Amino acid sequence: MAKNPNIKKVLVLGSGPIVIGQAAEFDYAGTQACRALKEEGIEVVLVNSNPATIMTDKDIADHVYIEPLNIPSVTQVIQRERPDSILPTLGGQTGLNLAMALHENGTLEKYGVKLLGTSPDSIRKAEDRQGFKDCMESIGQPCVTSEVVESVADAVAFAEKIGYPVIVRPAYTLGGTGGGIAYDRAGLEEIADRGIHLSRVGQVLIERCIAGWKEIEFEVMRDGAGNVITVCSMENIDPVGVHTGDSIVVAPTQTLANKEYQMLRTAALDIITALEIEGGCNCQFALNPDSFEYAVIEVNPRVSRSSALASKATGYPIAKVAAKIALGYTLDEIPNAVTGKTTACFEPTIDYCVLKIPRLPFDKFTTASRTLGTQMKATGEVMAIANSFEGALMKAIRSLELNVRALKLDKLEQLEDDEIEDLLAQVTDERLFVVAEALRRGISPQKINSITRMDLWFLDGFQRIIDQEEALKACQGAPDADTLRRAKEMCFADSYIATLCHMEQAQVKALREQYGIIPAFKMVDTCAAEFDAVTPYYYSSYDGENEAADTGAGRKKVLVLGSGPIRIGQGIEFDYCCVHSVWALKRLGCETIIVNNNPETVSTDFDVADKLYFEPLTAEDVQNIVEQEKPWAAVVQFGGQTAIKLAKALTEMGVRILGTPADGVDAAEDRERFDAILNACGIPRAKGRTVFTTQQALEAANEIGYPVLVRPSYVLGGQGMEIAYNDRNIRDFMKIINQTVQEHPILVDKYLMGREVEVDGVFDGDDILIPGIMEHIERAGVHSGDSISVYPPIHVEDQHRQTIEGYTRQLAKALGVIGLINIQFIIYNDQVYVIEVNPRSSRTIPYISKVTGVPVIDLATKVMMGQKLKDLGYGTGIYPQAEYYAVKMPVFSFEKLTDVDTGLGPEMKSTGEVLGLAESFPQALLKAFKGANMRVPKRGGRIILTVKDEDKREVVGIARGFADMGIEILATDGTCKALQDADVPCTRVARVSEAHPNLSDMIASGTIDLVINTPTKGRRQDTDGFKIRRATVEHSVGCVTAIDTARAMLTVREQGRSVDLHPIDITTI
Amino acid sequence: MKATLILANGAVFPGRSIGEAGERVCEMVFNTSMTGYQEVLTDPSYAGQGVVMSYPLVGNYGVNEQDNESRRPWVEAFVVRHLSPRGSNFRCQATLDEFLKQHHIVGIEGVDTRALTKLLRSQGSMNGMITCAEHFHVDQVVEQLRAYRVSGAVERVTCRQPETLPAYGEGRRHVALLDFGVKRNMVECLRRRGCQVTVLPASTPAQEVLSGGYDGVMLSNGPGDPADNRGVIEQVRKLYESSLPLYAVCLGHQLLALATGAKTGRLAYGHRGGNHPVRDVAEGRVFITSQNHGYVVLSETVDPAVAEVSHVNVNDGTCEGLRYKRPNCFTTQFHPEASPGPQDTEYLFDRFVASMGGEG
Repeated sequence: MAKNPNIKKVLVLGSGPIVIGQAAEFDYAGTQACRALKEEGIEVVLVNSNPATIMTDKDIADHVYIEPLNIPSVTQVIQRERPDSILPTLGGQTGLNLAMALHENGTLEKYGVKLLGTSPDSIRKAEDRQGFKDCMESIGQPCVTSEVVESVADAVAFAEKIGYPVIVRPAYTLGGTGGGIAYDRAGLEEIADRGIHLSRVGQVLIERCIAGWKEIEFEVMRDGAGNVITVCSMENIDPVGVHTGDSIVVAPTQTLANKEYQMLRTAALDIITALEIEGGCNCQFALNPDSFEYAVIEVNPRVSRSSALASKATGYPIAKVAAKIALGYTLDEIPNAVTGKTTACFEPTIDYCVLKIPRLPFDKFTTASRTLGTQMKATGEVMAIANSFEGALMKAIRSLELNVRALKLDKLEQLEDDEIEDLLAQVTDERLFVVAEALRRGISPQKINSITRMDLWFLDGFQRIIDQEEALKACQGAPDADTLRRAKEMCFADSYIATLCHMEQAQVKALREQYGIIPAFKMVDTCAAEFDAVTPYYYSSYDGENEAADTGAGRKKVLVLGSGPIRIGQGIEFDYCCVHSVWALKRLGCETIIVNNNPETVSTDFDVADKLYFEPLTAEDVQNIVEQEKPWAAVVQFGGQTAIKLAKALTEMGVRILGTPADGVDAAEDRERFDAILNACGIPRAKGRTVFTTQQALEAANEIGYPVLVRPSYVLGGQGMEIAYNDRNIRDFMKIINQTVQEHPILVDKYLMGREVEVDGVFDGDDILIPGIMEHIERAGVHSGDSISVYPPIHVEDQHRQTIEGYTRQLAKALGVIGLINIQFIIYNDQVYVIEVNPRSSRTIPYISKVTGVPVIDLATKVMMGQKLKDLGYGTGIYPQAEYYAVKMPVFSFEKLTDVDTGLGPEMKSTGEVLGLAESFPQALLKAFKGANMRVPKRGGRIILTVKDEDKREVVGIARGFADMGIEILATDGTCKALQDADVPCTRVARVSEAHPNLSDMIASGTIDLVINTPTKGRRQDTDGFKIRRATVEHSVGCVTAIDTARAMLTVREQGRSVDLHPIDITTI
Repeated sequence: MKATLILANGAVFPGRSIGEAGERVCEMVFNTSMTGYQEVLTDPSYAGQGVVMSYPLVGNYGVNEQDNESRRPWVEAFVVRHLSPRGSNFRCQATLDEFLKQHHIVGIEGVDTRALTKLLRSQGSMNGMITCAEHFHVDQVVEQLRAYRVSGAVERVTCRQPETLPAYGEGRRHVALLDFGVKRNMVECLRRRGCQVTVLPASTPAQEVLSGGYDGVMLSNGPGDPADNRGVIEQVRKLYESSLPLYAVCLGHQLLALATGAKTGRLAYGHRGGNHPVRDVAEGRVFITSQNHGYVVLSETVDPAVAEVSHVNVNDGTCEGLRYKRPNCFTTQFHPEASPGPQDTEYLFDRFVASMGGEG
């Protein structure tokens, strides 16, 4: 079989905003697929609402629509572009569901669009709980005893038949949203109710609980001719019970003998054959650790997070191959780019160990429940490669950037033995460290295994690490060559060895070099060296032979540091920046070397940079690469805080930093130095003080005058930032801040409640280019990453634009910026103040690049390489305004995280973003709301208002606006009174603390379209507001927590018109 | 204890001794399977060879009775990166190290197995020695290694006496299986398909087979250079000239090709692993197969009047199977019995059983 010649124009659907359960892996998959399609001469039309992605670049697809991923908007794109085919299996569950919906409502047939790859029937069979069970039964594959139910009563009846505990899995949801383990009837009623509500088809599966079995995954592929292969096997260290996205996963499987391995491999291949998948597929199994008994847990008939991991773990490009299969190629017709000699029709075999650890957001959401279960909570993940399990584990831990450098959490040292034992039974993100602590205390592996069900083989690996720590300690000073070599083979960091041996890190390094213990880089080649490979994809080991070849041919080598795992505050946008910088450097004739550890990203695709090092982003790990490659320079501006914090270390290693030097970064972050610069430039900022103690904070706040903004310095995404209105607030916050941050001072600033404006600029030493000014809809106080942002600005007067341009140039010059600078301003009482300066890339770069057509990263990279803006064709100063309005709207993942307050504030909470692009502001805003899946109430709808006292005056106008639109207003006591006093028609509802029926009953009843609730201050979770906000999340009711967001909704309702929305191809901007 | 691996090209790999502390000379080959070390160790085709496992973590699930592919391990020496001190599996009866010691297999761990694999791949399989000696002269060892050659391997591994094993369930066919180094699962695959199997020594005269009342003949896998087995080839020709259904695997496949006028040659570094793609030419489909061979039938020497190439290796285009013009006769280079490796081609046993006629 060969390529189907009738396929000429293909529509690719992306996965939308980054949310928990659906992250950067689909940008990676989509980008790879689009490139594979273009390689075949196919015209690619792309729809994705997420502007931070690489796939939405005009160099990736021919037509790019950053539009809501819903039926009307994609239908419009189809009408306009008339693609002949659609590729549904690369945009995650979102893309797949949407493609299925378009198929089911007849749109695809109407416009003659063919679904490529796996057929709708097959997808339905794999996705529908009952259909899947029936199919498995027909081919003799065992499933877990289960039943699909559509009501709580049926759920209870079935559970009582098979016995508790039972697992509840909602149909068609992301990352198991709304699922959980129920241990009794009460628990089941709660979880089943939520699950039924969240499922697209109102179904949940109730199944026998097999928690504790081994969880095994196979990534498999099948082509139209029926050829089947497995790409990779994976074993979860956390047994069944923890969502695979939250599990520590090792590849390949480690504790399966050939018999079990082949049994499950054959099962996986039988399953995709029966489902007639054409492309990639993920099969999850539960395997009884004491027998050959197994059960099929789940099958994903599409590219998934696991397939991204499998691709990076083996070097096999699953998305690319899936795209080619969809075009009609068979596996043996697709070349293996790694070896250049073999084809995609083989099974990768690896000669190293791969380990993935999820990155959970509990450092941000300190109040969230850390318990892990069937509901995924991780925002991202890290992967590490080593030739031992211990080595991969140590590398992965370092890659997490959680200030942990070994298999050890210091805080656990203070606990008693029985407390550690108790903690073993609790499944949290910290359990890995609890297990290690238990081993240190001498609790037997058998006992730990009986509690955690982690396989003894993994526990042995942990034990070997601990034994090695002991061996190093026993040296009481410089270790002997053997002990040191073994420690390095387990990838212990020099810094950790130094601590254990009471040495300086530099002494450890010197000793290593004296013993000849130096890292050697090995290649990831898909074939365990059986064929000569040329993949420039490396990992470090301490085995002798070094394979990192010098391929530069005399070109200047530039090291580009990536941004590590996706977390709140540092998302996919930094990968966008890194990848674009790599491309720009390549065009400038440089040899590019990328260092990163995130398997979900485009940057870790081995054909993006000239060389890829899959390594932790710590100074020491990077130094090994520096010593190997001896780069001409390094780029740290694009990899977020992860990369920028390595600037100083790189400078000390003697590596030239391209663009802004480390000192400029320090000057922007060091309070006193920065204040001095502002003074010298005559630029105003809010009054502030640097403090260390609560007493100092109280004095500072009273001197400056409330309200004040309190935050630790050197943080990302506003971590630990709060607005204080009085002394009590200060005391509360200082207590919390001091729990987590000690080293750096705490900043207390006057809180200016003005209009927040943000710019990104490129500075070449003389001139500045500002692609555009972005205005935040929410006033200062809501983190910039959580605000709705609009370009071009609506309310910024010309004089202020000039001031902003001037300040940006002055600050860039004063800080020694070469390349990117991001500044946040406040316009308050007709004066422009500077809030914050970041001499690096920001999360707005992808979006502003796309809507203005200014290739910001390309220009910044050229400038860093010594070129001048005036020669680059985009002018200087503020770039001419685009004809479109672009609204960037944050998207949250609150339904995945219990006990997190959804109220917006200075601390960032969003996981992703969408863009709305239109000719007018209200239309762009409307599109953005639609893209974010926020329903704006309509005539005949009902909204509940309950706002804090400070907002009561402002809410009146908004409520009146909604009432005038024919929307019914309900409000709690105080708000109701304020509205009625102003003659706004309003009905009082009882507070959640009052007798039923009250506000929470109304939210649960499904008759409310929106809740507008502005949070009172503080982090307390027992407040009414917190309960209201959580209730809206649990019942999927829209909730707005800032008065400005509510006003934006009103603007949309008053001036926006859905019927006038039409898609815009950004390649035409 | 310290151990050292010395190769015929003078390369020296230091490591630690595992299994028996001793000295062995062998032909070093590498295997890329990620599971199945016990099946590899007990596969008679490895007689005379030392095996380097390219996957670095070996011994994780220990060893057990059921996974032996023959009565004892035949691998001469075993080279791994990391040996697991614990076997963690519900069937585990001993650790891998205990197993190696019990069977006097000399091994080494702590070797840069990737570098070693690359060396064997780029320079071809070569002889090597594992020694626990503290002092040695590389030159002398190299001299000794030059002289080594795997010979008489089939005679060593084949069974001494015929043995008949009943079918599982109702026995409908009786298969004569010539044992050149047969793997247990080949016998099992036949028994599971309703065949009574009589395993015969490699030296069994053809006449004895032909007069034994069998419904079909299988020629097994086995070690060494196929061309060394002159006597056996002669007997195989007689079997071919009969009308009995015939299926041969690996060495058996090579012997039948030699018996019918084709030639075999040596691959630079062989195919050993569980991920080799093979195209079934007639069906157009590709199957992932388990392989273990250093010699191969040279496709261009196959007389089209005698047989046609039915299976081709997708990676290097080498011959992976022959379909003979003579009715009910086909052979494959790869191992449909797997163990270790993928079970995707077990259907070939169905094909063989069907060739014996009747309801199959």
